[in-house]
Order: sequence, then C-alpha cells, then structure tokens
Amino acid sequence: MEKDNREVIFDIKNLQTWFPIKKGMMKKTVGHVKAVDDVSLKVYRGETLGIVGESGCGKSTFGKSIMCLERPTGGQVLFNYGGEFKDITKFNKEEMFEFRKKVQMVFQDPYSALNPKKKIYTSFEEPLKVHGISSQEEREKMMSDVLKMVNIQPDYLMRYPHEFSGGQRQRLCIARALEVRPEVLVCDEPVSALDVSIQAQVLNLMKEIQKDMNLTYLFIAHDLSVVQYMSDRIVVMYLGKIVEIADSRALYDEPLHPYTQALLSAIPVPDIHQTKKRQVLEGEVPSPINKPSGCAFHNRCPRCMDICKTEDPALYNYDGKDHCVACHLYRNDAK
Amino acid sequence: MSQGVDTKKIILDVKNLNTTFISDKKEVKIVKDVSFQLKRGSCMAVVGESGCGKSVTMNSIMRFTGRNAVVKADRIQYNALRDGEVTEYHLEDIKKPNGPEMRALRGPDMSMVFQDPMSSLNPVYKVGDQVAEGLLQHNKGMKKAEAREKVLEMFKKLGIPDPENRMNCYPHEFSGGMKQRVVIAIAMICNPELIICDEPTTALDVTIQAQIMELLKDLQVKEGKSIILITHNMGLVAEMADEVCVMYMGRVVEFGSAEDVFDHTSHPYTKALLRSVPVLGLADGQQLETIPGATPNPADLKGGCEFADRCSECMGRCREGKIPSFEVSPGHYVRCLKFDNYPEVK
Repeated sequence: MEKDNREVIFDIKNLQTWFPIKKGMMKKTVGHVKAVDDVSLKVYRGETLGIVGESGCGKSTFGKSIMCLERPTGGQVLFNYGGEFKDITKFNKEEMFEFRKKVQMVFQDPYSALNPKKKIYTSFEEPLKVHGISSQEEREKMMSDVLKMVNIQPDYLMRYPHEFSGGQRQRLCIARALEVRPEVLVCDEPVSALDVSIQAQVLNLMKEIQKDMNLTYLFIAHDLSVVQYMSDRIVVMYLGKIVEIADSRALYDEPLHPYTQALLSAIPVPDIHQTKKRQVLEGEVPSPINKPSGCAFHNRCPRCMDICKTEDPALYNYDGKDHCVACHLYRNDAK
Repeated sequence: MSQGVDTKKIILDVKNLNTTFISDKKEVKIVKDVSFQLKRGSCMAVVGESGCGKSVTMNSIMRFTGRNAVVKADRIQYNALRDGEVTEYHLEDIKKPNGPEMRALRGPDMSMVFQDPMSSLNPVYKVGDQVAEGLLQHNKGMKKAEAREKVLEMFKKLGIPDPENRMNCYPHEFSGGMKQRVVIAIAMICNPELIICDEPTTALDVTIQAQIMELLKDLQVKEGKSIILITHNMGLVAEMADEVCVMYMGRVVEFGSAEDVFDHTSHPYTKALLRSVPVLGLADGQQLETIPGATPNPADLKGGCEFADRCSECMGRCREGKIPSFEVSPGHYVRCLKFDNYPEVK
C-alpha cells in the first residue's frame, strides 16, 4: 500500500485523547469527552496533509496531541529520527525539548499569538536563545533570514506587533516557527482570521516556503476549499474519528463518505450558473460525550442502514492506494 | 417625493450616505457617498473586506452607530407597504437615533440579524422571553400568553425542534446554529419587511451555514421579505443575491445584478476579489492570484481612487481628483476611470 519513494515522517497509531469529566466533591470521573478516538494515519515527508471537519470534531486536539501539547491518553505517535522511529508520547523533558525543534506550530489568531508588549525582535530572539544559539550576531542573521523568507523587511524587527496588519502578523508567526528550522509545521487554522485578499497571499507564501525548505505541513482548517487548495492528501474527521482519507483531487472528484459528500455540497460556489443540488444535513454534530452508537454519523446520514446503528465501521481501503473510507456502504468494495 | 421612483417597487432608497467618525478630534470618513436602491422582495448582497464600511453603512441606516458618529445623507427613504398602501419614511430627517420614531420602525418594519449569535443573546434570560420582548414592546396591551403563542409559532416556522420546551431554555443550552435561529426569530417576530443580516453565518460551520441560508432564502421567496446580506463570502453571494454591491474603503465600487457582477465583472477590485478566493476543484499547480498590499488606513487617505495602490490596471490619473461612477449597462455601475467612455452617474 505504501509507495516506496515516500518517506514516513509521522506514524500515528491508535491515537486517543480523552478528556475526563469530573463531578462531585470527590472529583470522580463520570465520563470522557472523546476528542480524538482511535486515529491511525501516516504522514509523509514533504507533503501537505489537510485535516478538515466541523467545529468540535477534534481536529485541533489532534494537531496538539501529535505535538504532545495535549498529552494523548492512548496510542503511539512515532516520529522519524533519520530512519529510526521513536514514540514521542514516552519522551522525557530533554527529548521533548529536542523534538520541539523538529515540529513547530502556527496558531489561528495572529493577534493573540504575538506578545503585544514585546518588540518583534524580543519575540523572535527567544526561541533561538532557548535552543542555544549564543552569539547575538548569529541570532540576528537567522532572524533577518526568516523575515526575508516571508517578505518582511528585517528592519521591522524593532517594531511592536500592533504596527503590523493581520496578514503581516500571520507571516511573522510563520517566520517565528521557521526560525529553528523545523521539519514539520502544524498549522491550526492559519488563515481563518484573515481577509480573503490577504488569505491568498499567506497561502501562496506557505506553498513557496514549503518548496524551498522541504517542509511537511499538517494543515488544519474548517474551510474545505482552502484545504483542497493547499493539500496533497486530506483527512476528513467527524466526532474524533477519521471518516475518509484521500488524495485531495480524489476527494473532490469522488467523495465516498456521505458526510464528505454533504460537506462538499454545503460549500457555496462563487458562480451563479452552477445550480447544484444541495444536500442539507439535518441537525448538528452530536456531543462527543455521548456519541451515537455504531457509526457516529448515522443519525444525520441520508443513507443510513440498520448495521450503521449498531456497528462502528472500520476504515476500509477503497482503491488499494490512498483512498480510505469508514462507512459500511463500501465494506464489500474494500481491498 | 423623489424623481420617478416607484415606491411600490423600491423598498429602500439611499442617496449619498456619509458616515464620519470623530476620534481624537480627528474626523475619519468611513462611509462615502453610498447610494443604492433595494427592490421590494429581493436580496441584495454587500461584499467587501473587513473595514470596508459594509457594516457601518447598514448600521447608519438603522441608526445603530455610536455617539461619535455623524450620519449625513441626501436621502434614506424607507417605503413601507401595508395593505397595498405605501407609507414613506425619511430616515435622514430623524434627529434622534434612539427616539420614538426610529424605535417604532425597528422591529415591525426593519430589523437586523447580527454576526455573532453567541454574543447577541442575553445569557441570563430565557430565549422565549427574549423573542417575545419585541412583540410586547410594539403591541401595547398584548397578553404575555398571546406573545408566547406567537413565539411558539415562529420557533416552529424556523425549524427549532421541540419548541415548547426550548422556549424555556437559556442561550447556553443552544448550539451555534440554533442560537442563530433564535436571533433570526427575534428579528422576524414583529414581521418586518426588511431584514438586514450582518454576516449571519460567519461564526458557523458550513453545514449549519447551508441550513441558515436555506431558511433565509425561504423567507425571501415564500414571504416576500427584502433582505440585505452583508458578507465577504463570494460563494454565498452567488447563491443568494439578486443584486450585488461591492464596497472598498467606504465606497461602492461596483453595483449591479448578480449576472452583471459575476459574468461581466468590471471593477479591478471585484475581479481581484473573485480570483483570490480558493474554489473547490482547482487544477493541480494552479496558483491563486493575490491582491498586493493591504487595505490602507482610512484616516490617511488622499484623493483619487482608494484602490489605486493595489490595482494592477492603475493609470496616472487614478490618483487625483474625484472618481465618478459610470453606468456600463442599465443598472450596472462601476466607479473606475477605465470606463469613462460610459455615461457618468450623478
């Protein structure tokens, strides 16, 4: 199934992040919010893996879990250290510190991600100092290098965050993440706080940087059209589980899971002549505390069968390659 | 009476609306010479980036602008149609933004749906009471039980499940999409003719957005409501709007029917805006076009076209003087000197 020329950088096995719900005086655990529930997937070096889903589907928690910003409660996250895979969930403090240099994160809101009281210089110097680049000259050179990469003049370092526009700030956040030369960038909704005209600037810039530095992106967003533009492969999540993985082109041409189909049809198209049949989903995402039995999507699914109510579908491989879907409709086609 | 305007067909007629904010003793013009006419029973979309003045324009019409705002207009005429009779209201003459005249209009005639359903409901009152408040305000002597009946009806119409019990719930017990339905119920309860929706689905998921949009379309088609939809999502515009008003830095840069704006896109800004939105099914390797730079600060704008610095088709004369609008085809106006061979709009 795995193509030979692709190198796995992250191998995630049965990842599980549950948050306990505590009640009463003794803080007894009465249940769990299953934010990420049994997710397995591989991330290849140099690709952009898009993760989409509605709010509350666990996509952000997934992003945080694989960086151990949120401790997973189960499963393994194996990271490729030059051919050797190490489980980062078992890392101690020092190992974690080294790992942070390899994987960095870009957050959603560029307005709150930069300290308003500190000059960009100070904010930018910190990660370099922490990771042990002691000479100031070297630090300054590295800082101006990354700024050039995101098309911001190096003399802007002496400014404060409020002097920048939203798009510039997001570019600064990307630059700061790139300072330690990471291999993977986890981007959690990097453009959803930006205006449309700025969005395109940032997206194109991210693509360029990826080519230059051979970066791997994990691109988390709720906007399927943005994800499709950016990604090589797309993971669709629903209630903490993967419902479909496919090449970004295949997902658009041939969405298999009824949820993916509904998600695609819900996106309004800026073309007045396209009169597509819209499939409006009833109801809302159920609570991740009391998930429906069987397939979590069955109570909103237009093609629900009896088996869906009782049995949770496994992730079936549909075409023998990368297209996987978790739906009973395709259990007989599985390879 | 304005010149030759059919008050039965036109519900809202705005001419040269200007809104100025006074901050630090400086005057900043946010809305400049905005004019448009809204046809009864149609949906007009106002599009533009954040800070382009689309919300302020609508707030100025509803007089929701704060104390530091000065609203001036040649005409803001609202034509109410009641039992086949047209009553004209001249909102520009109303002195007090929160006086009785304005208050009488808000609710029964025109109302507004705000962007963020999470913050536009009062967390400490039951939603049923919040919806009923408008009814009780505008119908003196109405019994509470009667109001509750009406609220129940409205909840049923807007597709809120289990309405009898849901009326007694607090906002935090609702999901985002359901809250937005409650906000729409508040706007609809006094049966207004004109509904202004300020980014009604920006805070919601796409599947919920589809539900809410279906609901608004129903209100327009089945009940003949006139809708102004403020948004920055060109997809929603294509789906909902009969007419489109594109704004940039407080000015209407292009106005026309949806066909005009999407098929015969004329203003360089509208073109750039349409090309910079990622659409599904782009071919591999196809690049998005970008608009260089960022929107300028409204406080330090000079003369000429506001878009000149970011425009790919900018000419020397774009940077000076007053730029008029030109009528490129009937009802399609473009504020760009590229079209100065067409008749100028006064």
